[in-house]
Amino acid sequence: MNAMPVEVAAGTSIVRIRDLVKDYRRGAETVRVLDGLSLDIQQGDFVALMGPSGSGKSTLLNLIGGLDRPTSGTLEVDGLRVDELSEGSLGRWRADHVGFIFQMYNLLPVLTAERNVELPLLLTNLDREQRMRRVAAALKLVGLEHRARHRPRELSGGQEQRVGIARAIVTDPTLLLCDEPTGDLDRKSGDEILNLLEALNAEYGKTIIMVTHDPHAAERAHRVIHLDKGMLSEGSG
Amino acid sequence: MSLRSAFNQLVTVTAMNMRNLPSRVGTSLVAVIGIGGVVAVLVSLLSMGEGFRAALDLSGREDVAMILRGGSPDELSSSIGREEYNAIVIAPGIARDARGPIVSGELYSIVDLPMRSTGTGANVPLRGVGERGPELRDGFHIVAGRMFQSGQNEVIVGRGAFSQFENVDLGREVKWGSQKWRVVGVFEAGGSVSESEIWTDAVVLRGIYRRGNTVQIIRAQLTSAEALPIVRAALEKDPRLNVSVRSEKAFYADQSRILLALIKYVGTTIAVLMGVGAVFAALNTMYSAVSTRTREIATLRALGFGAAPVVTSVLLESAVLGLLGGVVGGLLVYFGLNGYQATTLNFGSFSQLTFAFTVTPRLLVTGLWYSLILGIVGGLLPGIRAARMPVTTGLREL
Repeated sequence: MNAMPVEVAAGTSIVRIRDLVKDYRRGAETVRVLDGLSLDIQQGDFVALMGPSGSGKSTLLNLIGGLDRPTSGTLEVDGLRVDELSEGSLGRWRADHVGFIFQMYNLLPVLTAERNVELPLLLTNLDREQRMRRVAAALKLVGLEHRARHRPRELSGGQEQRVGIARAIVTDPTLLLCDEPTGDLDRKSGDEILNLLEALNAEYGKTIIMVTHDPHAAERAHRVIHLDKGMLSEGSG
Repeated sequence: MSLRSAFNQLVTVTAMNMRNLPSRVGTSLVAVIGIGGVVAVLVSLLSMGEGFRAALDLSGREDVAMILRGGSPDELSSSIGREEYNAIVIAPGIARDARGPIVSGELYSIVDLPMRSTGTGANVPLRGVGERGPELRDGFHIVAGRMFQSGQNEVIVGRGAFSQFENVDLGREVKWGSQKWRVVGVFEAGGSVSESEIWTDAVVLRGIYRRGNTVQIIRAQLTSAEALPIVRAALEKDPRLNVSVRSEKAFYADQSRILLALIKYVGTTIAVLMGVGAVFAALNTMYSAVSTRTREIATLRALGFGAAPVVTSVLLESAVLGLLGGVVGGLLVYFGLNGYQATTLNFGSFSQLTFAFTVTPRLLVTGLWYSLILGIVGGLLPGIRAARMPVTTGLREL
């Protein structure tokens, strides 16, 4: 395992991390989850983050997505110092630049598929007609235009995750951050989701960072980065 | 954040909360019932005061003067002799007709009767009225039986007293002290305080109570409401007299002051104490509501929704539950108590006053405001907790 920071050759880095440290307090004890991590991710890349439980994969993903703040170090996304944004600005930045795909889909059970997909658009100035046009396009892209009026409990796990992906891409974000997107799915459904992510990367140029335990899923990525005890090492996808 | 975005966020989060309500019926009902109970108690206590006030308001006319001995706060402690009486009734400003001045020299005593509801004894006013006494009460009429006869031990019973006390059924003989009285009629007097009384001939009562030629109060019809200062000035100027003159309305307002203050104080105190309990019920409900939606709230926050819409939506839901409680409590009291006849001790006269619980729109609105405040207070802390919860923690919740 290479404990040195993963350096990336010159190119258009959409994510630029330097000396990133994240500590958590657990009672009187301070636990260091990420230990001086540096990383660059190019625009249009498809990166898999792997590592054992507790290695800091999800923490890194949350930091890149602006859901959490680093203890020290710098974190730039598309040239913006995300670590310096205020709480309110972070929320707006997330809405504009990041699409999240969760392991448990995190759809709102009381809303239909199209209403779930519409959620991020409610933070924009689009009117209802514009929003619904975008929702329809996103649902079509994931192949679920015919299930737009269904609630999550009326969908299979794979379909729910596709709704989750539609919600993540509906604002056309810079980054797609996926936390174990196939972790709760059977192999067939998981493959469909991975095909979809590959297509989003290849055809639409989306930069994807995917946390996974599954080597089969990681094979789809261009790069596989391993995290252990808060430090990085890199393998090929 | 644009206005449209803020509005969209608020509507979305609130709608999500509301749509979740059916899955939280049990805990929501706790808050609704808790707040409803508080509002019911508050409104019923205030409606009691309102009914009491209404009974005394209906009794009070501006163009009727109540003349008592100077310094006497109430009828029981007042006494006016024959000579004073004769000097008073000819004062300018007191109305006259062919039969003479329109006045009623009255005596006021208290008798004991068991209450129909509990069987326990209560003080009931027994009033001796002059011949023209009924004329001075708006809406006086006999509803059953007949008027008492002068010089006879006969009484007529006000409708309120008739409904609240035993032993005053029509035709029945009742014994107070050494005397027996026959109930010969039941009367109404426009819902006024007179309906809480038992009436007899003032001359008979004076004889039995050995009051000589005195009366305790003179009730006098004025030529107009504006004549009160004229009567007062004339009586104050007369060196033979030491009397106080008030309008009937002012007299009953004074009598009700203590009880109304008591009702207001007790009602407010009870409502505040119960309100504290209801706030805890609302807090519990909203903490539970927030807890069951932790991941949903965290998901929305992850997508970029702000903290303010989350807090506001929790407050809105809590306010809606509070208002529901207010509606339930208000309706309960309205349909259960409005118009219900009861008696209470009038501290102004040390006797029972019959009144009807009166649930006015103003009281219902007061109850709704109170329920709204309880709801909002109950939702505040859970709302803040929901907004401050770390997103990454919330996303891990199952």
